[in-house]
Amino acid sequence: MRSDNSKTGIAIDGLNVWFGEGENRVDAVVNACFTVPEGSSFGLVGESGSGKSTILRAITGLTPTWSGSITVMGKNLGRSRDRAFYRTVQMVFQDPYASLHPRQTVDHVLSEALYLHGFDNPDRRITQILGDVGLSRSFRFRWPHQLSGGQRQRVAIARALIIEPTTLLLDEPTSALDVSVQAEILNLLTRLRKERGLTYLMVSHDLSVVGHMCSDMAVMNRGKIVEMLTVDHLRALKATHPYTRQLLEASIQKRRETAQ
Amino acid sequence: MNSSASAPAKTPGWRQWLTTDAPASRRQARLSAWYRSWLAFRSNPMAMFGLVILLLLVSTALLAPVLAPHDPFAQNLSTRLSAPGANGYLLGSDTLGRDILSRLIYGSRITLYIVSLVALMAPIVGLFVGTAAGYLGGWVDIVLMRITDIFLAFPRLVLALAFVSALGAGIENAVLAIVLTAWPPYARIARAETLTIRNADFIHAIRLQGAGALRVITRHIWPLCISSLVIRVTLDMAGIILTAAGLGFLGLGAQPPSPEWGAMISAGRKFILDHWWVATMPGLAIFIVSLAFNLLGDGLRDVLDPKKSAR
Repeated sequence: MRSDNSKTGIAIDGLNVWFGEGENRVDAVVNACFTVPEGSSFGLVGESGSGKSTILRAITGLTPTWSGSITVMGKNLGRSRDRAFYRTVQMVFQDPYASLHPRQTVDHVLSEALYLHGFDNPDRRITQILGDVGLSRSFRFRWPHQLSGGQRQRVAIARALIIEPTTLLLDEPTSALDVSVQAEILNLLTRLRKERGLTYLMVSHDLSVVGHMCSDMAVMNRGKIVEMLTVDHLRALKATHPYTRQLLEASIQKRRETAQ
Repeated sequence: MNSSASAPAKTPGWRQWLTTDAPASRRQARLSAWYRSWLAFRSNPMAMFGLVILLLLVSTALLAPVLAPHDPFAQNLSTRLSAPGANGYLLGSDTLGRDILSRLIYGSRITLYIVSLVALMAPIVGLFVGTAAGYLGGWVDIVLMRITDIFLAFPRLVLALAFVSALGAGIENAVLAIVLTAWPPYARIARAETLTIRNADFIHAIRLQGAGALRVITRHIWPLCISSLVIRVTLDMAGIILTAAGLGFLGLGAQPPSPEWGAMISAGRKFILDHWWVATMPGLAIFIVSLAFNLLGDGLRDVLDPKKSAR
């Protein structure tokens, strides 16, 4: 995993994240360590409450109570994030119904991102990115309430990518969507990663989603990383930790049920 | 050249243009959102009733010199205290023989002046204070909200009285006094709204795009707070008119001979048993305008309330 021949996109070392102080302190993430090589795709798997989304929130600075070291594209991060950081790292949220401002059109959302980072030529860039995420030009001036869940998530992806970041944090990007739409969004994300050479750090509770999207993964349980393995190992059913096996069995069981 | 081709379908055309699902420009998207709100508002007859009355009030104020049958300041002591309809006074005359109808018509200007000044100042102060407190949190929140609490603890009319007696009687000071006592509830509402919005994913998303606190507050939180403030302001307008009239009644608002409605009631108080119309006519005017604002506010709540339209 820690090969030196490729550059490191994200490196997490000894990361602890907690909420509350004193008696009420809850340790959400304990001593997490992993690295994501630049241009690769890494999955964090675990059930809800296992602390996987909290890692993303610590990286983005939304949760300020953490210790340890977070390095993104060779830069060690402190408490606060500057605009240059957000230029390189963007996030796609879980629920597309909550992540778009209800009083802003698609055009407004995208031009705000461009404005904040001082991009020129907003018209061309907006048309371009809408095409890239598979939305026709007619969507440009629509309001969020005129869009379906999958369309909203495409807009959220467009918002993240329009400022041309190198790293994308994906917080369960498909779990709020219909099964048929899930596959479309996953394929879109896979295609965009190939086209743009992006680094993905993806959080999911669904082993099959991570298996589809990622090359390496870490399994989390109760705030700790219990096992790191490659997707090939997972496919070969070579997982060693009992929790991973449990997840795997549940996933296979589910797939059988849907097949029947 | 092209206009002839689009001309025949003009009437259904603009409606279709406004209600389209795929607007082609920023302007069209905004106009169609407004048009939809207007359609919702129009289907509420009581709100429309309020709106019509307020539009009448505005046009009365604008056209006062044309509409008023007499000079509002012209005295005629020989026809003082004429009953409605007598001596050519449609709503009667007051103690100095001035035409009450004309004074009411000119008085609408003062009422509108007070209402619009308060509506411009109080909610904006409240919006600044409330959203800053709600979004920034911590000690900013504590300091701003304690100041708000202090202002909230004063009885409105008493504080206004003290303020006016310190600065001198007059409309501007009355307005300042009302604003001083009217902004705290708006700050409370704006803060409560901000607290529910600030942890929404779409605010996180814009923060993750590198937007600073000022931009998040003014560009992303304000648009969501403004509708509930507009509703509240409209509903409060009745109270503001009444406070202004109360100050006028106590002789601390508009000064004679200005035809302010509250001051007119105050002048008619002495004759209320023998000459009822002197106090009743301005009272009715205040009542109708206050009612219109309340009806409009109720209608706006149905249209603008984000909790309702989110469904």
